[in-house]
Amino acid sequence: MIEIDIRLEQGSFVLDVRERLEARVTVLFGPSGAGKTTILDAIAGLRTPVRGAIAVNGRTLFSSTGGINLPSHTRHVGYVSQDIALFPHLDVRRNVTYGQRPGQKLSLESVASILEVGALLDRGVSMLSGGERQRVALARALMSAPDVLLLDEPLAAVDLELRRRILPYLERVRDELAVPILYVTHDRDEARRFADRVVVLDRGNVIRAGVPAEVLPGTDAPAAARKG
Amino acid sequence: MDVWQITSFTLLTALAATALMVPPGLALAWLLARRRFRGRVLVETFVSLPLVMPPVATGLILLLLFSPRGPVGGVLARVGIDVVFTWRAVVLAMTVMGLPLFVRTVRAGFEQVDTRYEAIAGTLGASPIRVFFSITLPLAFPALAAGAVLGFARAIGEFGATIMVAGSIPGVTRTLPVAIYTFTEIGRDRDAAMLLAVSAGIAFAALWLSNYLTSRAGLRT
Repeated sequence: MIEIDIRLEQGSFVLDVRERLEARVTVLFGPSGAGKTTILDAIAGLRTPVRGAIAVNGRTLFSSTGGINLPSHTRHVGYVSQDIALFPHLDVRRNVTYGQRPGQKLSLESVASILEVGALLDRGVSMLSGGERQRVALARALMSAPDVLLLDEPLAAVDLELRRRILPYLERVRDELAVPILYVTHDRDEARRFADRVVVLDRGNVIRAGVPAEVLPGTDAPAAARKG
Repeated sequence: MDVWQITSFTLLTALAATALMVPPGLALAWLLARRRFRGRVLVETFVSLPLVMPPVATGLILLLLFSPRGPVGGVLARVGIDVVFTWRAVVLAMTVMGLPLFVRTVRAGFEQVDTRYEAIAGTLGASPIRVFFSITLPLAFPALAAGAVLGFARAIGEFGATIMVAGSIPGVTRTLPVAIYTFTEIGRDRDAAMLLAVSAGIAFAALWLSNYLTSRAGLRT
């Protein structure tokens, strides 16, 4: 469970969010500039809110009143961003195992089989296709045994065909590994297909939240929820 | 004249100087590339000062600091370490004069490393030290190598600061450039010419290597 109650300021942009995220997959939905990525960054410790608190599974990562601000490397979050920064100087195996912790339950074999990256392990990252890079980035995040998986538009940079091929992998991660997922997208279909709960953001605020069928009904999308 | 002694002494002291440049050079380059702090411009200016000051003036500063009556030299003399007019002074002068080139090159290398790699490595549980050694440093390695070659080449060519703080004692502190100067002054033109050829060869090899590494660095990032 992710509890987030923060205010974060970046120039004239103000993010003010208070949410309790208990679903397996929560989709943060909204146009560009709504603050979706900023929320992920705040959870991962890449941006610091001016006030508030963030907790994952009861563990406080940030608390302005408690004077707590855990550094990124102790937060146990798996972050996969849109521009998947695979380490270019390491091969796939060393990328995937970079964050592996000693004694963790999740094995390389199981992650590799869920995401079908076993055959790629000895390749250099420059030899991967777009879809392979996505799966390797996902495998790398999972191998750090995260308490929560943060996915920032992981399919935004790939075409429709590839998207159709990768989504099942994401669903396998959701169904076979009990890691809560926070998924950022501005794609309505992706949100509806993947989410247990949808939080709609606009200009730094939550404007609606609920199950996908209620929050994102049919095609009569409100302007605020279209791709900006 | 012992060409071999002068050449090997110069190469060895320059290698030692290059090794001494690396730890403080890496730290300074990383600080300047990755941290915003008060006094940053001051640090930057201070590091580059030996590049623009007359080397003889830098040598005089070192002489004042490291002579047995100087603030640093006095402390060292008490523990039995003489610096001025010994091989240590040669290494010292070479280090101080080469450091700015090393720092500038490596800093540019660090700045070319995308900070997203470092951020992602952090979320994967890597401490800042591990991020530096496993991500930043390997990605900036060509720049590091190019900086070391440049610093080494600068050390080989060091004259002004060396002659101030180490002098030109045959077999003790006489380096290639200092020997060339001394031999020319006393009319041993043939010896000077021979050492000139050796220095030109070393300088060419070092610059070629540096350019090769820099161009590789450009291709990688």
